[in-house]
Amino acid sequence: MSLTADDVNKIAHLARLGIDKQDIDSYAKDLSGMLDLMTRMGGLDTAGVEPMAHPLDQVQRLRKDVVTEADQRGHFQAIAPQVEDGLYLVPKVIE
Amino acid sequence: MSTTWETVIGLEIHTQLSTQSKIFSGASTAYGAEPNTQACAVDLGLPGVLPVLNEAAVEKAVMFGLAIDAHIAPRSVFARKNYFYPDLPKGYQISQMDLPIVGNGHMDIEVDGETKRIGITRAHLEEDAGKSLHESFHGMSGIDLNRAGTPLLEIVSEPDMRSAKEAVAYMRKLHELVRYLGICDGNMQEGSFRCDANVSVRPVGQKEFGTRVEIKNINSFKFVEKAINHEVERHIELIENGGKIVQETRLYDANKDETRSMRSKEEANDYRYFPDPDLLPVVITEDFKAQVKTTLPELPEAKKQRFKDQYQLDNESATILTSSRPLADYFESVVVESKCEAKLCANWVTGELSAALNKADLEITDSPVTASQLAGLLARISDDTISGKIAKQVFEELWQTPDSTADSIIEAKGLKQITDTGAIEAVIDQIIAANGKQVEQYRGGNDKVFGFFVGQVMKAMQGKANPAEVNKMLMAKLKA
Repeated sequence: MSLTADDVNKIAHLARLGIDKQDIDSYAKDLSGMLDLMTRMGGLDTAGVEPMAHPLDQVQRLRKDVVTEADQRGHFQAIAPQVEDGLYLVPKVIE
Repeated sequence: MSTTWETVIGLEIHTQLSTQSKIFSGASTAYGAEPNTQACAVDLGLPGVLPVLNEAAVEKAVMFGLAIDAHIAPRSVFARKNYFYPDLPKGYQISQMDLPIVGNGHMDIEVDGETKRIGITRAHLEEDAGKSLHESFHGMSGIDLNRAGTPLLEIVSEPDMRSAKEAVAYMRKLHELVRYLGICDGNMQEGSFRCDANVSVRPVGQKEFGTRVEIKNINSFKFVEKAINHEVERHIELIENGGKIVQETRLYDANKDETRSMRSKEEANDYRYFPDPDLLPVVITEDFKAQVKTTLPELPEAKKQRFKDQYQLDNESATILTSSRPLADYFESVVVESKCEAKLCANWVTGELSAALNKADLEITDSPVTASQLAGLLARISDDTISGKIAKQVFEELWQTPDSTADSIIEAKGLKQITDTGAIEAVIDQIIAANGKQVEQYRGGNDKVFGFFVGQVMKAMQGKANPAEVNKMLMAKLKA
């Protein structure tokens, strides 16, 4: 499978990555190569192989439902670009 | 020739699980705190933090699965749903995609006396996002991340509903169930129970579904019905005028009673899910399931049936009394403590008490009249100490006077019913003597005048005469 420059731009936009125009072709080539590898792996006979969601052969540990975190708002907001009335301020997302 | 249309509805309901701490962090989930005072490093998505799953969230999800007779996945996996929005600090929401914790259950609803089974496709665990405030920050948005990381169980139905009425019945039933189970407080104003509706129409008889539209965040039962009905009308009108439905997300505007398109971002649905490498697969063992099963309360359906069998209640009373666990418990306490007929208890709880609670906008748990107080009152009706009418007066006193008892009120106000036939007879004689004209009318065949006499006697005795006795004696005197 081979990706076009448009595909690369779309992927970069979805991930909010800024990419240089002159790099697009090489990204397209590298990403296409990865997809080709996937296609080749897809051809393997995996009947009887359990799908793996995680490389570690362990199960999720659960924690007790107890509040352990104290309020550290002052700390966290000290490094925020802009705060007001305890809220983090960001550029407006809805017109 | 006009086409007859069929409506097809599926609901996605987000229930906030009532845990103390968040799904992946030890920050509090309490509602109403100062902004960002309950948003810890994990909730903020600061570098270097790792999520650790809350056991109670898993238990509550399993409880729900067991209650709807669903498949509980022995192994479920968390995935990242990627999108950018300021109230989602990590740039992804931890959710479940391919392997949800609960799959394939069902729930029966009742509409117009008919029972219908609604399929539940799946229910999965995920974290909630924070809140954005768009007003009054000089052109900026304010972000409160207290809600970020609150555990949600998203419950997805099959497209099995065929009318707004069915959709509301399903939503109500689910609301009742999660509160029974104690896994969600069901508070719709605070957003603990939120609904998105997928709506489409198709000509009756057509197999394929029409193009569907998703209506977002409808936060009351009334609005769900209105929003769906509005949307169905819009679809039919559009199609019949030669238009086409566009698959999109719309918002319901309750003030205008209409839905409107949310700006459709082409890539909005490209969430690029992938398994979250920070979280291992969740394994539910048979032991875990069995242990959760022992914590399941009696479910609404079973309780309703038991109320009908054990207390000989009709379907309507049993339905009302089992609509919430506290109400059902209250009723049963009254029955046990008063030792009265269950029917009398049911009438008072669904009648006088519910009316008073509605009027004062109170929940049963905040009732000023406790089950013991009401039981004390009903016992006095049962043993003929007071009439039903006087009982309403005593009830009002109980309502207004904390720590009072029916007995003390009856005593203090001298409300005890008069069963002394001599006293009643004397009053009857007076009334008959004073109303010669009405006596003639009655004896001339006008039976309606009888009520006048009863009223006069009761009035003269301040309502305290035993009504059955008054009727009997009046009848005898007037016939004489």
